[in-house]
Amino acid sequence: MPLTALDIYKILPKTNCGECAFPTCLAFAMQLATKKVAIDACPYASDDAKATLAGAAAPPIRLVSVGPTEQCIVMGKETVLFRHEETFYHPTAIAVRVRTGGSPEELRAAFERVKALQFDRVGQEVRVELVALEDATGEPDRFASAAVLAAEMGLALVLVSSSPDALSAAASAVKQHRPLLYAATADNWEAMAQLAKSCGCPLAVRGKNLDELADLTVRIAASGVTDLVVDSGARTPAATLQDLTQIRRLALRKTFRPLGYPAMAFATAGDPLDQAVQAAAYICKYAALVVTDELEPWQALALVTARQNVYTDPQKPIQVESGIHTIGAPDESSPVLVTTNFSLTYFTVEADTEASRTPAWVVVVNTEGMSVMTAWAADKFNAETIAKAIGESQIAERIGHRRMVIPGGIAALSGKLEDLCGWQVMVGPRESAGIPAFMRTQWKQASAAASS
Amino acid sequence: MTVELVRETWPGKIFAVTIGATASEGGTRARTVTVGGHAALPFLPGDALSPNRPVVAMEVMDALPQDWPEALKAQLGDVCSSPADWARKCVEAYGAELICLRLNSPHPDWMDASPDAAVATVRSVLEAVPVPLIILGCGHADKDNEVWPRVTEATKGERCLIGVATPENYKTLVVSCLADGHSVLAESPIDVNIQKQLNILITEMGISPGRIVLHPGNASLGYGLEYEYSIMERIRIAGLQGDKMLAQPMLTLSAEESWKAKEAKLPEAAQPAWGSESRRGPAWEAITATSFLHAGADILVLMHPEAAAAARRAIADLSAAAATA
Repeated sequence: MPLTALDIYKILPKTNCGECAFPTCLAFAMQLATKKVAIDACPYASDDAKATLAGAAAPPIRLVSVGPTEQCIVMGKETVLFRHEETFYHPTAIAVRVRTGGSPEELRAAFERVKALQFDRVGQEVRVELVALEDATGEPDRFASAAVLAAEMGLALVLVSSSPDALSAAASAVKQHRPLLYAATADNWEAMAQLAKSCGCPLAVRGKNLDELADLTVRIAASGVTDLVVDSGARTPAATLQDLTQIRRLALRKTFRPLGYPAMAFATAGDPLDQAVQAAAYICKYAALVVTDELEPWQALALVTARQNVYTDPQKPIQVESGIHTIGAPDESSPVLVTTNFSLTYFTVEADTEASRTPAWVVVVNTEGMSVMTAWAADKFNAETIAKAIGESQIAERIGHRRMVIPGGIAALSGKLEDLCGWQVMVGPRESAGIPAFMRTQWKQASAAASS
Repeated sequence: MTVELVRETWPGKIFAVTIGATASEGGTRARTVTVGGHAALPFLPGDALSPNRPVVAMEVMDALPQDWPEALKAQLGDVCSSPADWARKCVEAYGAELICLRLNSPHPDWMDASPDAAVATVRSVLEAVPVPLIILGCGHADKDNEVWPRVTEATKGERCLIGVATPENYKTLVVSCLADGHSVLAESPIDVNIQKQLNILITEMGISPGRIVLHPGNASLGYGLEYEYSIMERIRIAGLQGDKMLAQPMLTLSAEESWKAKEAKLPEAAQPAWGSESRRGPAWEAITATSFLHAGADILVLMHPEAAAAARRAIADLSAAAATA
């Protein structure tokens, strides 16, 4: 919670000496509250006052990074409870559990399977980014060599062990890869904090409940380890959702520092579909990190997609470049489709046109990321903007005909568009799913009629 | 330390809407389903206990789209030519709490079936299952306006939920529901203001705001989920803040949109990195629907039995009393 000018005034010297260049301490406090000046301008401010101001300036949820520099996973520093209020900033990291029990070959195969969980969605590379490597045997050497193998294969790590010795061995071996150490508890927090400090690694803290968790983070932070990820210990969906909500609310509404850290959650269901459903719930509701059992590709695809959706900035729809796009290898007789630059619109049109197996030109109109009907309602996708985009794209130089296909939803503007650009305007389907049928029938007829 | 939890109290409350009527209430249903009634955001009993958990309805169609996914045919192929059999299987084998009957066949471009035929279909489903019904029109305004009055009359007293009313076409439906004691499903195209405006128009015709369920748009995982999610969340928050024109329970038709996604149906052979399509399709549907639970969805309309079962398990898990509640 930001400090008010009066809060700040109370901790200033109140001497009105003017050395800060403001006439009174209150005037200076007002400038500090709006962050227009720094406390350093006051030569007499106490260390306490400086610490208070520095603390108030810290984000309510700490930013914590895990993993090697080149694939750094950033968590925390969220600012809102609901994505429509602003946006969610740091997408939930997904860690899949791999146990060290098996042979090195089995481990390698498991790591390969995790590495393969990456997909290209609407032009973004999305993937499962972490392995939660779980020490199954308590043997330090074995755990350490498994961690080294995972790190060498380019996987970021959560190291999971209840044995401080094993965790120490593995953490020391891969500390330059900045694994998340799991977990400090009431029984071992001193040793764990010491280990996190000596390795320079972030530390997960698990409480039996929020009360114990808050106690632990305060003690651990006091020992100098502040890159923490918190686990309330909840393992059922109902309790997890409630705890994640409280952690987020306490941090944002009350600036409650003991829980002002990224929060992690565990999908615990036995059924693979239920695992995915649970993990998706925690992605929706505030988990910075979700740990799952090993994921099949179908589970991972659904989860990274859910995450991509929930963490899309509502104020900035993903856009594709305006201008000419090609589908297949279109030639001078191929159809020209017109659509908006909202990525979802474009990618559905692309997918459905691909499905029609008709090579095509797509002229993308800059509608500021709005979909067809929204852009039409907002007057960003009208006869003028389409005619202009057709002209600027110089598509006419690449084709022998003058027929464009517009989305069915904006059929009303076809007459005006024909007048403006002199092309024949064909009204396509309202939904892009109708493109294959449209290509089979209307487009075919129109091009046959034109060539006969 | 004792962490002082942050509880949220809201000035408003979501209307409770009951679907279905038992014999003593003038209908023929063995049980009724009540949704809404919340005084808090979903699954936060510490803020306020919710009297009604979300429910799973299963969708039954009287005519199948040509490109109906193979995965659904494989599950429902034996019953999908008879809406009554299909509905019975959903209730008896898959535990559907409601049946959502979609009357596609009257659409002029589909089968142009008569209102009489639609009424016969509705009757057959009513007789086949003991659960309450949601009934959806074909989406062709003129035809819906011929069919709706006949359907509401034929189901008089059953307290069905009938839709969809849109800003362009709501009057006939509202008048019919008002006359025959049904509730109205009001649809807006992912827009809070249009949804509110539509509710105002509907209630101005005399139907109480407690007899409306909202359908704030269609989206699926990967295809606009975030828009519908945030619109639902905004509607629910506005309702809890006291806006009675947005304080209705919400419904999501997740099956249709989910199965349009290529991720739901593309064979593994075409896209090996995506894994088994037999798991992927139901997962797409289940995750679409259950994500909306967290934005406030009260009725999930699903089609694939595995998706419906997973959604029911998720609702039970999320509604379970938690130690830390």
